[in-house]
Amino acid sequence: MGTVDQLVVDRTQTAREETGKKTKRLAMVASKGTLDMAYPPLILATTAAAMGWEVGIFFTFYGLDLLHRQRVKQLKVSPVGNPAMPPPVRSLPVKVPDILGALPGMSAVATAIMKRWMRASHMPTVEELLELARESGVKLFACATTMGVMGVRQEDLVDGAECAGATTFLDFASEADVTLFV
Amino acid sequence: MKADQVLDCRGLLCPLPVIKTTKAIKSLAVGQVLEMLATDPGSKPDMLAWSKQTGHELLEIHEEQGVFRFLIRRTR
Repeated sequence: MGTVDQLVVDRTQTAREETGKKTKRLAMVASKGTLDMAYPPLILATTAAAMGWEVGIFFTFYGLDLLHRQRVKQLKVSPVGNPAMPPPVRSLPVKVPDILGALPGMSAVATAIMKRWMRASHMPTVEELLELARESGVKLFACATTMGVMGVRQEDLVDGAECAGATTFLDFASEADVTLFV
Repeated sequence: MKADQVLDCRGLLCPLPVIKTTKAIKSLAVGQVLEMLATDPGSKPDMLAWSKQTGHELLEIHEEQGVFRFLIRRTR
């Protein structure tokens, strides 16, 4: 093996050792405020934290509802424009047509169904996952612009939420090994 | 091998087995062994990845009638 090759091998080895030492970091944006879309960022965040990673989530636009003391209790699933929406009875092969999904009360029905599935599968609620995230040191950045636009005050947010702008989040994300937009 | 603690995650889905395992391993002393039971088929690749990421040693994986039995040693 030539000297250059050896150098590459050595450098790769050093890089590997350094990566092994440095705590990994996950930076995520949570931009959706529906019950179904609340789960993915929180599941990923709590899992990464369980592996010893540093995790930060930037809750922006409707995603800020996940940090809102009241609104987090009222997250819903919309059956409208959601072709993936399964039938209320799993054995029925029919999907819910959009026009029916648009009827009053259908969001409540879809929400109740999803909550029932989650309970039956022993999944934690969104609030429980958020609590788990906070316990494991996940940084909860509340988008300052969204707070301003939607009139959300610091006291409306759950404990541990830090008001921050895009600059703060990007600074945190610039050191991240994994970045995700949800 | 005799485990120092047993954690039952049967019937639980991702992320709970990994999160509960992390909590349980922290309650053990370095060198002690945790036995974790799970039924989630994703728990096998997940525990392999978790072990790689955290450095805790996955000593054994047994599968019997849809139940995975993991033996994990706390290494640090």
